[in-house]
Amino acid sequence: MKKMLEKYKPYIWLVSFAIFISVSFLIGFQPGKDISISFRQFFIEMVTFIPFLFIIIGLFDVWFPKSKIEKHIGQESGIKGIILVIILAMLQAGPLYGAFPVAYILHKKGASIKNIFIYLGAFSCLKIPMLGIEMGYLGWKFTLVRTLVSLPLFIGIGYFMEYRLKSKNFNVNEVKAKT
Amino acid sequence: MINNAVIFIAVSVILTLISFFIDKKKTLAGLKKGLMMFKNIAIPFLNILILVSLLIYVVPPDIIQEYLGAKSGALGLAIAAIVGSIALIPGFISYPIAAMLIRQGASYTVVATFMTTLMMVGILTLPLEIKYFGKKVAILRNALNFIIAIIIGLLVGLIL
Repeated sequence: MKKMLEKYKPYIWLVSFAIFISVSFLIGFQPGKDISISFRQFFIEMVTFIPFLFIIIGLFDVWFPKSKIEKHIGQESGIKGIILVIILAMLQAGPLYGAFPVAYILHKKGASIKNIFIYLGAFSCLKIPMLGIEMGYLGWKFTLVRTLVSLPLFIGIGYFMEYRLKSKNFNVNEVKAKT
Repeated sequence: MINNAVIFIAVSVILTLISFFIDKKKTLAGLKKGLMMFKNIAIPFLNILILVSLLIYVVPPDIIQEYLGAKSGALGLAIAAIVGSIALIPGFISYPIAAMLIRQGASYTVVATFMTTLMMVGILTLPLEIKYFGKKVAILRNALNFIIAIIIGLLVGLIL
């Protein structure tokens, strides 16, 4: 029983919403009808582009596997190093705390302080799946402007962090997941 | 919105075809991967759409305009930056919220600041970040990113 509840937990919202909307239509509850109209609009918006975005992401994933780039990343310096960490970051997905373990790996492999923080910056604002969905929802103009404004600032943060931390034996610790 | 869908559909079809001609197996693997990812996100995404439709009904546009609109000034910016720093909303489902805010009258500056702090500043994940980088570095990174997020918001608002 408990297991079953666990299994259907994600659908609770969906089901209660469906009931709410059906009841609203049955008894002619106007707010419910209004809400269903905006939901329908959002839903149509979603199904017309999100599945296709995921097809693009999936293809990207098989043609440009992260592991391949990770292998090549490390002590490269200068522009090449910066570009490589940015590309690696762009191929990721997920929340920022998912980037910390990668920062640890980069540090262990000898990446510079600057590149580690550029990686974190690029991770948080240039991930390709995010850019795709951002374009879908906020328009390509917003995405383009935000990206072009953010990028130099993140690179700036990288340089600043390196300048501040260079002489302070900077270290990234390994944090083992609790098992 | 319709234009958007057309672009996404066209790009995905073209890429799939190209990929298919080069390597059938890889393409199928990619499509499968993409659809799996979509399946994983679909339910949380629908939940957020429900939330957004309810919010749109409950929060009138003039309130959003007043507190997050073009004339909200420093207050709007502060609300966006602080909420964005604390909230732990997965990036993926934050975009419908951002789109709703803009449609209801929030300014680009506010939305860009909110999205940037959401992605780059993590108060709730700070303890974890400290484990990796140490207290000083983690706090410095978050503080810097907080300031940068506001600068990004202002610049985006200026340009758009």
